Amino acid sequence: MRVVVDFDLCESNAVCMGIAPEVFEVRDDDFLYVLQEEPGEALRPQVVEAAARCPKQAITIEG
Amino acid sequence: MHTLERIVIVGASLAGLRAAETLRSEGFGGSITLVGDEVHAPYDRPPLSKEVLRGDWDADRVMLAAGADEGLDLTWERGVAATGLDLEDRRVALADGRTLPFDGLVIASGAAPRRIPGTEHLRGVHTLRTLDDALAVRGAIDAGAERVVVVGAGFIGAEVAASCRARGVEVTMVEPLPAPLARVLGPAMGEVVADLHREHGVDLRVGTGVAAVTEADAGRLHVALTDETTVEADLVVVGIGVVPNTGWLHESGLLLEDGVLCDETTSAGPGVVACGDVARWPNRLFDETMRVEHWEHALDMGAHAARRLLAGDGPGEPFTPVPFFWSDQYDRKIQLAGRVRPADQIEVVAGSLEERKFCALYGRDGRVVGALTMNMPGRVIRYRRQIADGLRWDDALAAVAEAVAASVPSAASAPPAP
Repeated sequence: MRVVVDFDLCESNAVCMGIAPEVFEVRDDDFLYVLQEEPGEALRPQVVEAAARCPKQAITIEG
Repeated sequence: MHTLERIVIVGASLAGLRAAETLRSEGFGGSITLVGDEVHAPYDRPPLSKEVLRGDWDADRVMLAAGADEGLDLTWERGVAATGLDLEDRRVALADGRTLPFDGLVIASGAAPRRIPGTEHLRGVHTLRTLDDALAVRGAIDAGAERVVVVGAGFIGAEVAASCRARGVEVTMVEPLPAPLARVLGPAMGEVVADLHREHGVDLRVGTGVAAVTEADAGRLHVALTDETTVEADLVVVGIGVVPNTGWLHESGLLLEDGVLCDETTSAGPGVVACGDVARWPNRLFDETMRVEHWEHALDMGAHAARRLLAGDGPGEPFTPVPFFWSDQYDRKIQLAGRVRPADQIEVVAGSLEERKFCALYGRDGRVVGALTMNMPGRVIRYRRQIADGLRWDDALAAVAEAVAASVPSAASAPPAP
């Protein structure tokens, strides 16, 4: 599984970080950092949830 | 309780659709019927007052993906309102005269915007709740409306004001409270939002309400305020709150109290749950019976209510979220996690009000009950988690002081050389 963020859409709402903090982090510079671009399968439910809840639909999952 | 084979969900927006998705993901294999009074497929509301109004997004972009997911095997009743509920016979009555039998019922009928009495017939006076509302306001701006009066400086009003300014429309915003968003942020933080709007050219009239709206010639509107001034407008957008859609439940026997009153697990009666804007329930985490109108809440409570329904006669889990919202106005992102009151103590723990980039904590009875950020999104999410864990006020401030001390290099605190 590969996490792809469209940074043209991302507004750093940080909703994803609330759901999957292991994968997404919004730092104090207001930018979203993807901590693991290829997280393990164990994190799939959280990553799928984070993608679904992104208010800007900026997260996609490949694979 | 009898077996659960037919579930009816009244309300086909975010909460109802989320309940349907959850029922399926939890393995419910019976029939699910979604009843919605709008003809549109389910759509997302937050962009309506922002991207849609500014003209950045077309209507097709706000549709919710799950609404088109045929794998969920949903039966749709669109463009027809529920008009009654018979709990004994276990049927929902529809506006077209039919009735739908159910074993389990999810009430997600949402809320409707309040209107200013006496303005219902005026074509230039709008509310903003539905996609059609948003397209109508956008259409009026496209057609050349130059001056708008925004009534109410809550979320909808403040976002509409910001979107109208982005389109170069003159905006007068009228608010009876002393500041925008004062009801949800308290007066002190509301003042920061007031300055933001004034700086972007909004003529902000606080502490005053609307006495009357009348139509002058050529579709011009005269908005008479209670401070005895009058503002002229081509367009009036009213955002003065919502009323839960419980009219169809009046004779059902369910407890109605500014919404459908649920127990702490979201159950409203045997085989009946409620969620989203229409539901009021005791949130144990805040020791308060609340009704929450935020986007995230609709998702969370929709999912929780679905699981509660499937739990049947079992006790069910209490629903104890930390409410969370965001609002985009101009280039500022305002986010609040928690449940705050005007009398709460407030401490800015990062950034500053002057730069409009800050994080403020709200405290009550020794606990942190809210975290507000402006353009500091990471912090509000971290605090949200800590508030759920019962973060103490003193501990929060001590952690902030410690972090500040650690970031100031000094000989005394420098680590020893390796």
